[in-house]
Amino acid sequence: MSVVKQDPRNSTALTGNEAVAQAMRQIEPDVVAAYPITPQTEIVQIFSTYVSDGLVNTEYVPVESEHSAMSATVGSAASGARSMTATSANGLALMWEILYIASGTRLPIVMPVVNRALSGPINIHCDHSDAMGARDSGWIQLFSENAQEAYDNMFQAVRIAEHPDVRLPAMVCLDGFIISHGMENVFTLEDNAIREFIGDYMIERSLLDVEQPMTLGPLDLQDFYFEHKRAEAEAMVRSKKVIQSIAEEYEKLSGRSYGLFEEYKLDDAEIAIVVLGSTAGTARYTIDQLRAQGIKVGMLKLRVFRPFPFEELKQALAHVNVIGVMDRADSFSSIGGPLFSELRAVMYDSETRPLITNYIYGLGGRDINPRLIEQMVRELADVQEAGRLNQYVNYLGVRE
Amino acid sequence: MSAKKERPISKTAGWRELPSGGMIPAGGTAEAFKTGDWRTIRPVHHREHCIDCMQCWAYCPDMAILLEDGVRVIGMDFDHCKGCGICANVCPTKPKSIDMVSEIEAQRKDAEGEGEE
Ligand code: SF4
Ligand code: SF4
Repeated sequence: MSVVKQDPRNSTALTGNEAVAQAMRQIEPDVVAAYPITPQTEIVQIFSTYVSDGLVNTEYVPVESEHSAMSATVGSAASGARSMTATSANGLALMWEILYIASGTRLPIVMPVVNRALSGPINIHCDHSDAMGARDSGWIQLFSENAQEAYDNMFQAVRIAEHPDVRLPAMVCLDGFIISHGMENVFTLEDNAIREFIGDYMIERSLLDVEQPMTLGPLDLQDFYFEHKRAEAEAMVRSKKVIQSIAEEYEKLSGRSYGLFEEYKLDDAEIAIVVLGSTAGTARYTIDQLRAQGIKVGMLKLRVFRPFPFEELKQALAHVNVIGVMDRADSFSSIGGPLFSELRAVMYDSETRPLITNYIYGLGGRDINPRLIEQMVRELADVQEAGRLNQYVNYLGVRE
Repeated sequence: MSAKKERPISKTAGWRELPSGGMIPAGGTAEAFKTGDWRTIRPVHHREHCIDCMQCWAYCPDMAILLEDGVRVIGMDFDHCKGCGICANVCPTKPKSIDMVSEIEAQRKDAEGEGEE
């Protein structure tokens, strides 16, 4: 495999949606069935022009809803075709029923999810309530900080989903508008290198194989359903290793390294903030400012939310005194957001038991800026000083 | 219609051995799934009225109408007949060549008499 380093000649100014559409062109799935929804629309719109311009040999199915988009994708994946769709927010919600059928039937579909707040009240801007609602649907979930990561995650997602040890569908999450419509320099790879990296779609058995008839999606009652779900759970466990080894392979190809998460100035940090998605950029900037003032703060940016890398997180955060978990979604459980409750559960077993508090922020696209992150870190410093939490859940940037 | 087909997946198989995602890696497996004990009413065929029009055979949702030489109705496959009554309903002869009778009564009679099919 040829090694393409980050050569400026390979960089192009692209929005997140353009980068993802570009990745889809390079993947050239056999089937794309999609329905437009803001802020994802451009991905499938741009991709459909590739189809009509003959740049890809993909069967493009414009369907009447996201429920149909996911259903058509499930059907085509089962028939032996590499299949993709893309969505956001309420579109993802409308796919709900079929999300579970895709994962339960073990179909390696890859879907970019351009994160947007779920209505209501009606809102089209970024938060993670859409993807977080699907966190128990048996899909791999990779989060991206910027267009570059969204582009890179697309190819890795194809390999992860289709890996024989995994065979689970995968979502590539990117923040609506902030990433999807923001333009940045993206290092792209050659079409040939991508072809070689992703390889051919190999399914165990295809519905269209008349030599080997089979049934997919039969009634699965008390006598078998539990075993099938147990196997699905194990596939998610196994996917963690696969994600790491594919990241290593991708690094050789691209020169860009990926893991389960990324640490920033975490080694000697006393205060850690944990984030998903584009907020990591703002947090990195703020951390630099606060470090200059002597505040020992670092960041853990989670890339892989499903599977949840509990062992690795426990180790990476064991040495800090205080953790502020940033959730761009509320779970309405009355005890904070989904990332918070899972991370708290992980740290329960940690011998050091850092203090952990939750910051829910940015709902419905509410801006998150260095001033707010600084405010949060100063509050976390107060918690460290006091040695105890005032409250589990804080709402950052809301008008009181 | 031998009804001898093996189940392609063992009921005692652990989760590691099962084909993934609920897939059944074989065709025609409904034959191995005996649905005859669902029946509460049973079709009884009267050969003497039957004109072999095949309506019952075409409509039976369980392929449970037994044929001889592919053209002559000779009874029902009670391993799979669910007793839905469709065959009796569509039978065009007068009187009907298929009657629906109580399954329990029929089994009682079978047990008493020697006339088992
Ligand atoms: S429908 Fe009635 S007459 Fe026609 S083949 Fe069946 S039993 Fe005979
Ligand atoms: S009762 Fe229903 S299942 Fe039984 S033979 Fe008649 S049509 Fe078929």
